[in-house]
Amino acid sequence: MPFRPSARMVSRANVFDAKHKETPLPMNEILEGLVEAAKLIAAFDPELVEITLRSLQVTITAVVIAAAIGLPLGAWLAVMRFRSRRLVIALLNALMGLPPVVVGLIVYVLLSRSGPFGVLGLLFTPTAMIIAQVIIVTPLIASIAHQAIRDLWSEYHDLLISLNTTKRQRVATLLWDARRALLTACLAGFGRGIGEVGAIMIVGGNIDNATRVLTTAIALETGKGNFALALGLGFVLIALAIAVNLLMHSLSRTERSGTW
Amino acid sequence: MITRALLACAFALSTLPAMAETVRMAVTTSFENSGLADVLLPEIQAELGIEVELLVVGTGQALRLGEAGDVDAVLVHSRPAEIAFVEAGHATHWREIMYNDFVLIGPSDDPARIASAQTAADALARIAEAEALFVSRGDNSGTHQKELALWTSAGVDPEDLGRAYNAVGAGMGAALNTASGLNAYILSDRATWLTFGNQADLALLFSGDPEMFNPYSLLPVNPDRHPHVNNAAVMQLEDWLVGPRGEELINAYTVEGQTLFVHSAVPQ
Amino acid sequence: MVSSILPLRIHAAEVKRRGTRLIGPIDLTLGGTGITIVLGPNGSGKTTLLRLMHGLERPAHGGLDWSIPEEEARGSRSFVFQTPTMMRRSVTDCIAYALRVAGTKRAEARARAREVATHVGLRHALDRSAQVLSGGEKQKLALARALIRDPEVLFLDEPCANLDGRATREIETILTDARSRGTRIVMSTHDLGQAARLADEIVFMLNGCVRELNGAETFFEKPATPEAHAFLNGQIVE
Repeated sequence: MPFRPSARMVSRANVFDAKHKETPLPMNEILEGLVEAAKLIAAFDPELVEITLRSLQVTITAVVIAAAIGLPLGAWLAVMRFRSRRLVIALLNALMGLPPVVVGLIVYVLLSRSGPFGVLGLLFTPTAMIIAQVIIVTPLIASIAHQAIRDLWSEYHDLLISLNTTKRQRVATLLWDARRALLTACLAGFGRGIGEVGAIMIVGGNIDNATRVLTTAIALETGKGNFALALGLGFVLIALAIAVNLLMHSLSRTERSGTW
Repeated sequence: MITRALLACAFALSTLPAMAETVRMAVTTSFENSGLADVLLPEIQAELGIEVELLVVGTGQALRLGEAGDVDAVLVHSRPAEIAFVEAGHATHWREIMYNDFVLIGPSDDPARIASAQTAADALARIAEAEALFVSRGDNSGTHQKELALWTSAGVDPEDLGRAYNAVGAGMGAALNTASGLNAYILSDRATWLTFGNQADLALLFSGDPEMFNPYSLLPVNPDRHPHVNNAAVMQLEDWLVGPRGEELINAYTVEGQTLFVHSAVPQ
Repeated sequence: MVSSILPLRIHAAEVKRRGTRLIGPIDLTLGGTGITIVLGPNGSGKTTLLRLMHGLERPAHGGLDWSIPEEEARGSRSFVFQTPTMMRRSVTDCIAYALRVAGTKRAEARARAREVATHVGLRHALDRSAQVLSGGEKQKLALARALIRDPEVLFLDEPCANLDGRATREIETILTDARSRGTRIVMSTHDLGQAARLADEIVFMLNGCVRELNGAETFFEKPATPEAHAFLNGQIVE
């Protein structure tokens, strides 16, 4: 990474020079960031590949688990009628805005050697990061899924009742027929997870070669004042998020096959 | 190179039963930012067969991680906190490894004229006198505690500085970014400053007062409290760091031609 | 068909929503064969009566009994709604769904669905999305979905309300065909012409109550109540 000239730090003559040196404009930083991102990608930088794959591994695993919990939960909340249903839904919507730092702290306290699950030795491992992200992403997926399925349920209600479907069949039918909206829910979850830094910084520890991911690397480089590299990593992250979204949409052919 | 690596491997194999040992160590950002870890860790891996995983956090969090037993050792620079940590029984002892120094950074045109100050306390007094902007870590880190001690020496209460005193409650890099944006004075460790990429119009204006020396100590987490910690490997690590190999590498490390650390451990 | 679910006996049944009476009290026996048409002005309770019979509304008072327990009778009835629900699936899968949820294997259900779809004239649209069908096609799909279960009783709520003459004729052909195969049909309409073409029996409703139950011919020739007489003459009855 480029170090700024050090000469101006000591002698008076250089201090004088430094006064006349223009500070870089923010726009230049962004351009530098783009160049940095292009360089990193072109060089297929092994460290970049490693942290990118780890980012994907952590967030995709977390989203798969969160979807396995959140989608049926959302459908179940849409179909079932029970007394505390509104409370659960309100809670879910509130949890969508859960600050990742708080989640990280709670998971940290739970997984710490001094905490209740300390014996598992999970702290500062990708598993801990996945656990934290599952907690962050599940309410989001469940809530979006609930809204989509609630709308579909009001449309399907009479038909499914008249066909004597069991509750299980109703949930399965709604999940399948709302699959496009649910894919969007999962992608929203992926977006929240892949860009999240607060929780995984605390429970992962940003350990080089072990738990460093794109976002924690960006935080680290920003802290070092290496804005170009940090921005470069940021652009890689954005590109990654776009690539995953396009891939999912083309795989599911949702944009091509008419109205369902 | 290959011969050396092979020799190191042979050495490691002959003396150590377990090759793939891991030591988790909480260190402060200033240590990580210095880049010294990038030199030391591969050597430790090669010679001792110990993989050191670094958790880069603030001093306060580093000590909490040690207290909870989530790391095997802690490397920080805050003597009073270290002593309290050992006295509370969280670590077996503290062992000074090396020191670096703090430096005063400020706008390159130096409105408070601290470059010609005689002592660190004098420099801070001039900043207060000139009512120049000052950025403080404000996060109770080792650097923050040192800064507060220096203000006390200068006979100034930072509270009296009003809006000129900005406690940001962030790490060294973030605080430097803030100082860079405000064009303000700030106390930084030399290593972070030298490797900091967003220096903008800031410059190193004052350094060299012995009061600004910054000793780093290793604190092995107490295995009596936390039986799972890898104390044996930490002891090996400590011996290596205080020994001749550690001394050689630490003293030889430079950034931009400047020596950052002075090895100060006394072999027992 | 194992054993007939008919006759259906409704006794003093009332349906309420939020405390307001929608229909009832109603006493009615449904037996025999053929097509029963439920007639009456808008808001007279035709839809609610059909929904009550199919078990979609629960009576607040009174009740109704099929000749065998409801649990068993349920599978022998089908319902076609005024605005059919089009699932986000292909036409074949939409129709097959009615068998799939009753436990039929996928391949068999789809094969049957193709047969029934062909029968109702949807052969050209088997693999199309149900969402893009025309109004008449949607109603045919709903009919196919109801008929694929081979119901003993088929309820239809204004199935031709939004259709043009040709689509209406096609639906009526399917219905008379089902009648000739022994399906008992109960259907609401406000189209007197359609009622005259299809009905074997008429239930005339007004203000949530059954005002007249009569054979079709008698009803159209000599209605027993003055309200029915006025209704047949195109007057507004309330």
